[in-house]
Amino acid sequence: MSACKLIGSLAAGALALGGVAGTTRASADTLAARYAPGRAVYEKWCAACHDPGIIHPGTHALMTKYPGGSRGSGSITAWTDLPATYVTFMVRHGMSVMPAFRKTEISADELAALAAYLSRNTPAK
Amino acid sequence: MRVPPNVSAADYAKALAEFEQVIGKDWVFTSDEDLDLYRDAFSPFLNEPEEKIASGALAPVSTEQVQQIVRIANKYRIPLYPISTGKNLGYGGSAPAYSGSVVLDLKRMNRIIEVNEQHAFALVEPGVSYFDLYRHIQEHKLKVWIDCPDPGWGSVMGNALDRGGGYTSANYRNHFDSHCGMEIVLPDGELLRTGMGAIPNAQTWQQYKSGCGPWIDGIFSQSNYGVVTKMGFWLMPEPEAFQRCTVSVPRYQDLMPLVQILNFVENSRITSGFPDIESPLLGYPPVGQVQLWNETGPPKMSAEHLQLMAGTKLGFSPEIEAYGARAGIPYWRLWLSFHGPEEVIQAQWHAAQRHFARIDGAKFAIVDQVKLPVDAQQATKYHEPELGVPSLRAFSIGARTPWTPTPSKGHMWFSPIIPRTGAAIIEANRVFSEAAKSLGMPLFTTFTLPACFWERSFIFILATPVTEDPKTNRRYREGFKKLIEVGGQHGWGEYRTAPVFQKSVMDVYSFNNHALQRFHATLKDAIDPNGILSAGRYDIWPKHLRGKT
Repeated sequence: MSACKLIGSLAAGALALGGVAGTTRASADTLAARYAPGRAVYEKWCAACHDPGIIHPGTHALMTKYPGGSRGSGSITAWTDLPATYVTFMVRHGMSVMPAFRKTEISADELAALAAYLSRNTPAK
Repeated sequence: MRVPPNVSAADYAKALAEFEQVIGKDWVFTSDEDLDLYRDAFSPFLNEPEEKIASGALAPVSTEQVQQIVRIANKYRIPLYPISTGKNLGYGGSAPAYSGSVVLDLKRMNRIIEVNEQHAFALVEPGVSYFDLYRHIQEHKLKVWIDCPDPGWGSVMGNALDRGGGYTSANYRNHFDSHCGMEIVLPDGELLRTGMGAIPNAQTWQQYKSGCGPWIDGIFSQSNYGVVTKMGFWLMPEPEAFQRCTVSVPRYQDLMPLVQILNFVENSRITSGFPDIESPLLGYPPVGQVQLWNETGPPKMSAEHLQLMAGTKLGFSPEIEAYGARAGIPYWRLWLSFHGPEEVIQAQWHAAQRHFARIDGAKFAIVDQVKLPVDAQQATKYHEPELGVPSLRAFSIGARTPWTPTPSKGHMWFSPIIPRTGAAIIEANRVFSEAAKSLGMPLFTTFTLPACFWERSFIFILATPVTEDPKTNRRYREGFKKLIEVGGQHGWGEYRTAPVFQKSVMDVYSFNNHALQRFHATLKDAIDPNGILSAGRYDIWPKHLRGKT
């Protein structure tokens, strides 16, 4: 099992146990380390469009699409209703002016890590 | 499984097995799911059967693997279509020009072989993006700047090979012109190095462009004569300071001397950075502020101003000119930028003002004075590429915003080159606005200003939207082709275009019964007799497909 796959399954495990709410400082650090590979993928491929603020076109588009409410910031790193499967779909299909990303850009393992990172605040159903 | 055109399923299967031997099974893509990732995300054929698709994709990691792949492709006559990072959005993306080709995806060839601070150059592979090169330079604290286009995720090499442009000084803005030395895998698998790179153990490959004898680098841009695997680029030594200033003029006719003097001061190197023209009176932004307008909305205008704008013809009416004079709103504003030591910048700005002061009523202002270096975060206060910082903010074009409630599905760039004169701006607006109106095209609906990417010409870069509706897309495609033709009748041509328009554009370059296109074909037959590389790119077809597509 590759490192990324391992991290992906650990992340899923953490979510099944109730996510990050109420964790101690030490376990928060552990979680940060756990999501580090996915966060690195986000920083490399997503942040330029999706970091907070209207200077990021993806964020501005999502703020406009979902005004107010839990998605109102438009910042996908903070969303609490972003399932991993949705992240995977968007990365491989694109939306509006966002293109799909090829496997030579974001590999299957990297995508799993990214999906785990972006869905870390989303309760498992 | 998809099979390339004119190839038997049996031969394709044999070729795939051999490709797998070279690059490994994981990097040979044949499933629909994987190949759909190679669709042009901005294709104007959205949901239409004519969309250009890949039959396979191969992702080598080295020049040696590229050589082996093209040899196998020759053996089985497999049409290949090399891409670098596949982000040529608005100009074709990652989809092949000849539908059914196998995409040669060079993204994994992403080595930054050298960034040399002393001689201010970089040598990179095709998969290196502007972001990658920028990060490398920052991490290694090298004092050089890159010149990047608006989308920072594009390939440094790919952008240059499609002859893209950027935003720093004229020496670097033309990305093909600022390259120095190439390594190319020819269609038969032979490896070629150009310029001084043709000398074994070359000492100046990235320091002297042409070597000796015919300088052939140009034929590997916007073409299909080889797979470029390494390319050198000259970089700008990091300047000490950056300054942006404006020259504002009050009258419509001031556009003529404004451009004339701009040409003189830029060609004399009195100004060094990207010049940018706007019309505050006509509500047309400078290129460098398009992203800001998309983010915060266009400037507010009075009802009287808006009404007067609607009444202009070719951007003029005596009433709006009088209104501008009354309200203190300039007809035209030229943004000038400077890089270098502060004392030199002040001297340059002083000299520039002296020249522009010949225009009666010209007003001058310093807008930004920036002590360098700035980091990527600090650069967000400006149009980042003008400070050599890559970004993706330009994707606000077409994206959903409060001012664009219905986002597009991408766009096709209409980008003709015209002379760098005020008269040409007005004439091009006359010609294109009449044609666009009759064709129902959403271009030149208001007076439109060109950009100053190239130091000796103007270029319009106008987004024609791709919509969800095939009927609208069809109308826009046909209108786009007609606009190309109309431009050609006036001696104007596109600088670059998506595969769907490449025939129309190249047909405009028809001097002496298409001598240029015939020469391209002669080269194709000599260099790539089996026609395996990028068939149809810029309308250069191999013999077996010529006139048949």
